[in-house]
Amino acid sequence: MKENIVIIGGGIAGLEVAVQLLDLGYKPIVIEKRDRLGGHVADWNLLFPDMIPARDVVGNLIARASEANIFLNTEISFVNKLKDSYNIMLSNGISINTRIIVMTTGFALFDAAKKEEYGYGVYDQVMTNKDLEHWFNTGDDKRVNDSAMNAVGFVHCVGSRDEKARNPQCSKVCCITAIKQAIELKQRFPEAMVYCFYMDLRMFGKKYEDFYINAQRDYGIRFIRGRVSEVSENIDGRVIVKAEDTLSGKPVKVTLDLLVLMAGIICNTDSTRLANMVSLPIDSDGFLKSRDNVAEIIESPRDGIFYAGACTGPKTVPETLAEARAAALKVHLFIKGLK
Amino acid sequence: MDFGFKISPSSAINLDNVDLTKFEELHRMEPDVYKCMACGSCSATCPASPFSGMSMRKVITALQRGKEKEAVAMLRNCMLCGKCSMVCPRGINTRHLILSIFRIYREDGK
Repeated sequence: MKENIVIIGGGIAGLEVAVQLLDLGYKPIVIEKRDRLGGHVADWNLLFPDMIPARDVVGNLIARASEANIFLNTEISFVNKLKDSYNIMLSNGISINTRIIVMTTGFALFDAAKKEEYGYGVYDQVMTNKDLEHWFNTGDDKRVNDSAMNAVGFVHCVGSRDEKARNPQCSKVCCITAIKQAIELKQRFPEAMVYCFYMDLRMFGKKYEDFYINAQRDYGIRFIRGRVSEVSENIDGRVIVKAEDTLSGKPVKVTLDLLVLMAGIICNTDSTRLANMVSLPIDSDGFLKSRDNVAEIIESPRDGIFYAGACTGPKTVPETLAEARAAALKVHLFIKGLK
Repeated sequence: MDFGFKISPSSAINLDNVDLTKFEELHRMEPDVYKCMACGSCSATCPASPFSGMSMRKVITALQRGKEKEAVAMLRNCMLCGKCSMVCPRGINTRHLILSIFRIYREDGK
C-alpha cells in the first residue's frame, strides 16, 4: 500500500527527512508556505564552524529531495482527526489522508523591534543578525557604509534569556553566530573596532571555542560583559550604546557606526497554530512538546506525529539534520510496525 | 554652598576617548594579551591579591578601558611569583606580560 507521509515545512529539517524517506523508497509530501525551499538557512551566507556556504547545504538538499511531492506557497487550512489517521486540507484545495505527519515547522526570529530600547526600526544604523547575513549575501543594505565603518557593536541575547520579552530560554546559536559575524565584518573592515556585548558566551559546539579564541587573538574583537541598557542616536546618525561593563564594575559608553542585534529564536506561530489543530501540547519554553525531552525528543505524544529540527527548540544545522534522519527512521519503523 | 549632597565625578568609561596606542604596543609585544577571557583564575591564585587588591584580570580589563594608572598601581603589588602563569587556562605567560606592561606603561621602569 502506498503510504502518504506529510512533512510540514520545507526548511533543512523537512528536506532532510524527505531525502532520507526517498532513499528508503517512500514518496513523501513536503508542504512549504513560502515560495522557495530551505527556510532560514537559505537566508544565511556562511555556516560555522567551517564557513561553508549555506547555499551549498541547501542546494544539495533541494537537489536530493526533488523527487518528493513538494507544494510551495501552500499552508495548512485545517486538519481533521479521523479514527487512526488525519485529513489535511491545504490552502490550494488539495486534501490528503495520512497516518504520518512530520512536523518540521522550525522557528521564528524574535522581532527585535519589540526591544524598543535597542532602537531597531527607530534608528538608521541598527540591524539584526538576519539583516547582516542578507548584506553578506547581497551587499545590499544602506546601513552598511563601506567608507565609514570605524566601530561596530554586537548585542547578544536580544529577546533571549529575557523574561520580560516572554522568552526566558537561551537561543543557543546566537553567541557563535555573533562571533562568526564579528569576524566576517572584521575581515571586511580590518580597521574597525568590533565590540561584542554579552552576558555569557556559550561556546558549546565543536570548534566554537576555537572561534572565540580566534576572534580575540587574531581579530582583536573586544568582548564587553554586560547587557546593553539603551541605545540612542547622535546628530550624525551614529548610535550611542550604553552598558555596564560588569568586569570593571563601571558604566561604559561607545559611539558606533553600526549596531547588530542578535535576535533570538522563538517558536514559530505557525507551529503552535498547527499544534492546536492536531491537539499537540506546547512545552513550557513555548516550543512543541516532545514525548520526552531526553530520549524521545523527535516523538510527539501522538502516534504517527514526529518532530525534527527547531520546532522543539533552538538547534544548530548539524543537530537539525541528525534529528531529521532519526525522524525518517522513526517513520520507516512506524510504517513497518503497522503493516 | 552646601546642598546637603555631593556629586562625585562620573566613573563611566567612554570608549570613544580611550587612547589604546600603548595597549596596541603591548599587544605587539604580547599578542596573547587579547586572549584573556576574564575567568579570574589568576586573581584567585594570586598570593598578593587578598592583601593588596592586585588582580591580573582586572589589570588587563583596566588597560583596555584606558584606566592605566589604576592598572599600574595594582601591579606594584605583584611579587612576580608566577602562580598566575601556571593556572591561566588560555596559556598566557602572565609573568612575562606583567614585565612588558611595566616596560610600556612605566617609562621610568620603577
